[in-house]
Amino acid sequence: MAVADAGRISSPRDRWYNNPTVRSIAVQIILIVAVVGTIAWFANNTVTNLRERGIASGFDFLGKRAGFDMTTFLNTNSESTYGYMLLAGLVDTIIVAILAIAIATVLGLVVGIARLSSNWLIRTIATVYVEFFRNIPPLIVILFWYLGVLATLPNIRDAIQIGPDFSLSNRGIFMPRPVLGPNFHIVIIAFVLSLVIAWAVRRWAHARRMATGQGFPSGWVGLGIVVVLTGGVFLATGDPLTFELPVKTRFNIVGGWTVTPEFASLFLALGVYTASFIAEIVRSGIMAVSQGQTEAARALGLRDGLVLRLVVLPQALRVIIPPLASEYLNITKNTSLAVAVGYADLVAVGNNVLNPTGQSIEVVAVWMAFYLGLSIIISLAMNWFNARIALTER
Amino acid sequence: MKKLLVSFAIAATLGLGASAAYAGTLDDVKAKGFVQCGVNTGLPGFGNPDASGKYTGFDVDYCRAVAAAIFGDPDKVKYTPLDGTERFPALQSGEIDLLVRNTTWTMSRDTTLGFTFAGVNYYDGEGFMVHKSLGVAHVDELKGATICVQGGTDTVTGLADYFKKKGLEYTPLVIDKLADVNAAYEAGRCDALTTDRSGLAANRLQMKNPDDHIILPEVISQEPLGPVVRNNDVQWFQVVKWVSNALLDAEYLGITQANVDDMLKSEDSAVQRFLGVGDNNFGKSIGLDAKWAYNIVKALGNYGEVYDRNLGPKTPLGLERGVNAQWNNGGIQYGMPIL
Amino acid sequence: MTDMQSQTDVFFVRQEMVQASPPPMRVRGVWPWMRKNLFGSVGDTILSIIGAILALAIVVPVLQWSLFNATWTGDNREACAPNTVGACWAFVKANFGQFIYGRYPDPERWRVNVTFVLLAAGIIPMAIPSAPFKRLNLLYVFIIFPVLSGCLLVGGMFGLPVVETALWGGLFLTLVVSYVGMAMSLPLGIILALGRRSKMPIVQWVCVFFIEVCRGVPLITVLFMAGILLPLFLPTGVNFDKLVRALLGLSLFAAAYMAEVIRGGLQAIPKGQYEGAKSLGLGYWTMMRLIILPQAITIVIPGIVNTFIGLFKDTSLVYIISIFELLYTVRNSFTDPVWATSTTPASGLLFAALVFWIFCFGMSRYSKFTEDRLRVGYKR
Repeated sequence: MAVADAGRISSPRDRWYNNPTVRSIAVQIILIVAVVGTIAWFANNTVTNLRERGIASGFDFLGKRAGFDMTTFLNTNSESTYGYMLLAGLVDTIIVAILAIAIATVLGLVVGIARLSSNWLIRTIATVYVEFFRNIPPLIVILFWYLGVLATLPNIRDAIQIGPDFSLSNRGIFMPRPVLGPNFHIVIIAFVLSLVIAWAVRRWAHARRMATGQGFPSGWVGLGIVVVLTGGVFLATGDPLTFELPVKTRFNIVGGWTVTPEFASLFLALGVYTASFIAEIVRSGIMAVSQGQTEAARALGLRDGLVLRLVVLPQALRVIIPPLASEYLNITKNTSLAVAVGYADLVAVGNNVLNPTGQSIEVVAVWMAFYLGLSIIISLAMNWFNARIALTER
Repeated sequence: MKKLLVSFAIAATLGLGASAAYAGTLDDVKAKGFVQCGVNTGLPGFGNPDASGKYTGFDVDYCRAVAAAIFGDPDKVKYTPLDGTERFPALQSGEIDLLVRNTTWTMSRDTTLGFTFAGVNYYDGEGFMVHKSLGVAHVDELKGATICVQGGTDTVTGLADYFKKKGLEYTPLVIDKLADVNAAYEAGRCDALTTDRSGLAANRLQMKNPDDHIILPEVISQEPLGPVVRNNDVQWFQVVKWVSNALLDAEYLGITQANVDDMLKSEDSAVQRFLGVGDNNFGKSIGLDAKWAYNIVKALGNYGEVYDRNLGPKTPLGLERGVNAQWNNGGIQYGMPIL
Repeated sequence: MTDMQSQTDVFFVRQEMVQASPPPMRVRGVWPWMRKNLFGSVGDTILSIIGAILALAIVVPVLQWSLFNATWTGDNREACAPNTVGACWAFVKANFGQFIYGRYPDPERWRVNVTFVLLAAGIIPMAIPSAPFKRLNLLYVFIIFPVLSGCLLVGGMFGLPVVETALWGGLFLTLVVSYVGMAMSLPLGIILALGRRSKMPIVQWVCVFFIEVCRGVPLITVLFMAGILLPLFLPTGVNFDKLVRALLGLSLFAAAYMAEVIRGGLQAIPKGQYEGAKSLGLGYWTMMRLIILPQAITIVIPGIVNTFIGLFKDTSLVYIISIFELLYTVRNSFTDPVWATSTTPASGLLFAALVFWIFCFGMSRYSKFTEDRLRVGYKR
């Protein structure tokens, strides 16, 4: 023992600088000094440069009049402030992101299931779709829709008429816009009420099936309740809904609802592109559900559709949700490609704020803050949803 | 904590040290051996690369003139192609020494953005191009039209101002890259395209069939275009400003690329001062040699020659001199005298 | 039996046996195959018919447009302008050199070609699992090749004239950007992943912060910052090439994604491996280098390749700071008055899409191949 002890004492391993705790603290101090030092150095350079070159800084510009027009969802004009313009850009980003997420999810689910279809043709079409879109940059898909499809539609003066009030041209899709009358809130109340009744019927039917085994077409009945009740109130209140029709003027079709080609190409492209990834996620999710589950469900006499809806998908969801969340994040970030087609999203508006103010650092900071905020919100929402479906496990 | 403070100190010294050691743009340019010049990504007549990457154009010749004045060699220029959005950060950040990219001289650019304009090389104004088939003859008929405009330019503001003043409604389509703006307009996505009138002439040439498009007669804003530098370096500003003046002076004095060598024998003392003949050495005052102005004219000719070569009636753009003629010839271009 | 009886009282269980199914039909031949795979049931038949109509409605016009009605030869737009129903491949052919080399000067293009050959010489043996000298190969791919080709492409030594990076463009630039991005993001990603798994809180926080910020913002804002704002963060007069800055931004961005992939691999390594390595007296770095990382990286090769594919596609965004990669080179040629016709944009885009597709699809097949190979390894 004494020998061993003596050996230990002279061992270089026992020197203080070999002590893991000391080392760990030293490494961390060095790292934090390096990181803070680098940031401080950058900040110092930036401040010096801005001051020396007489470049304005700070966020005062957000409250100033913008003086330019962009076509945004929020009502903006040249009197709006830069801050409001950026907000309008953010709203446009969110709108296109939400809609693209919706279409990508639906399309991705369909294609993902089709990838596993027993029908060879359907399976092949789905495979080709996935392999094609997964392997090209989203920017090409956007440009393809914008330049290759929507720009080749006829000129607005020779617009394709679909029915009297819908038309399609290279300026977009024009359609009537519903205008709510003064009594419309009654209809909404009736609609909500009918939904509650339908839900109650569904619960009752479920309870009865559990107890007696007797089925009840709660879906159809529920739909009937909603349609009859809402429709009845709608007619009773005296048609509180009118339509603003698009009208052809010398240059444009004005009034009504317009879906611009910029929005449409971004929305379609992100939807179609991301759907190919979501399809793969759905496919692997379904494949992760063991074959025995499907076989057992079939043995119980469930039809294919029901097997999928009641047995396979709920289990697959647990595998699907986490990667799906990152695809939703990707869509949100990819909306920044709007700048290529002139959709007034956050980045496109920022570019126009950046020019007259010259405050590029601040604009980039606003971009990053907004996108990070969106990313965090989406992550939180998906985590919450994930936790919810995980709870139903047992 | 001590280490932290030390590192702050090191960082600060490094930063300050570097800026103190930095002598100025002119010395920097001389040391690296070329001028880094920000130009258009592709606008015929002003700044346009051919297939082999060689840039030509009116703005490009200004870059070359600066190089000729400094090095006696107009080819000592490197070009940075920039679009509307990137150009100001690129100049602010020091990525380029000089920006000559049909940039309008405005007060905010001259002040809060930290720039100084070194002159006006082209007096321009915002105009409109429309599809001929629309039968539009004046801007005021464009009520309710969709108008394409390049983002990150002051024409966006000019457009908003004008339509607001006239009380006309319109739909703007703001696109970032010039090529995309042209493509959208040409595809009929917009009824009209707005930019500086010189730019319109250039864009019109890029259409499949230029004759299908007309430029409306109205000019809705003032757009004095010129070379820009950062405003923290007076010496460099003087160099660019006087190169600009020298081009105009040469035309006024009748010095051309062809006769510049003969002019060395001229008895006219204004010409002698310009060419640095005898003991005239005006170049020294801006950190250049006595032959600086001679080198510019020898390499590129005078303002008129530069104009005619790139924009004039004999080029595809076919722009008359108009207000850009010399002041004694019906225009407002006026070179400050070298005296 | 009574037990069984009582169980069948449950309402949803069938009371009587189902009739035995007939024996399966003959399963060989075209018709049985079609019946099994296309017309298995009424629903299946309907789906097949819809599918066939859909496929024909897309495939036929695409083939007609891109092959049968296309214009293949010509010197300018005159050749393509009258043909509004077919692609203008003459345009792609005429601009092919530009699409591949950008504005790299004509007499110097051999340098790009040599680089392509050098690249292939490094990548192909690397991709073949049985090829020898992997260690040497790695050295070549990560160090020798980049230095060699960098000198060759930039020039300025051995009597080669300098070619500014502003003239680089086309597919060649796309490959440069993606190669550098891949070669830098892998080691950076490994370091970040190790940092994120570190037990030192500050190291962990710094890595987590960097990774999450990079993954939370779009690439174009990162490129904007690296390409346009970075010189503002440096002392006056200190600057480096715009392409280098773009590469830096792209690599850091990709490294954040790479780090998450590697982290997945690290987490999959059983604790026993760490403990075993430590019990042998290995230090942290030796343990990582010899025991953990080789296993972790092997597991996530498919993930790494997927990140590479994403990176390759993302190179199309450097256009935002006016760097002329393939797609931007193609787009910029649309307005060339010599070739501008109504079919030019679609033809150019299709060409670009095809090039991107070939590279990405190739990589994804390779990833699949590796995945299968590894799975076989695990089965044994």
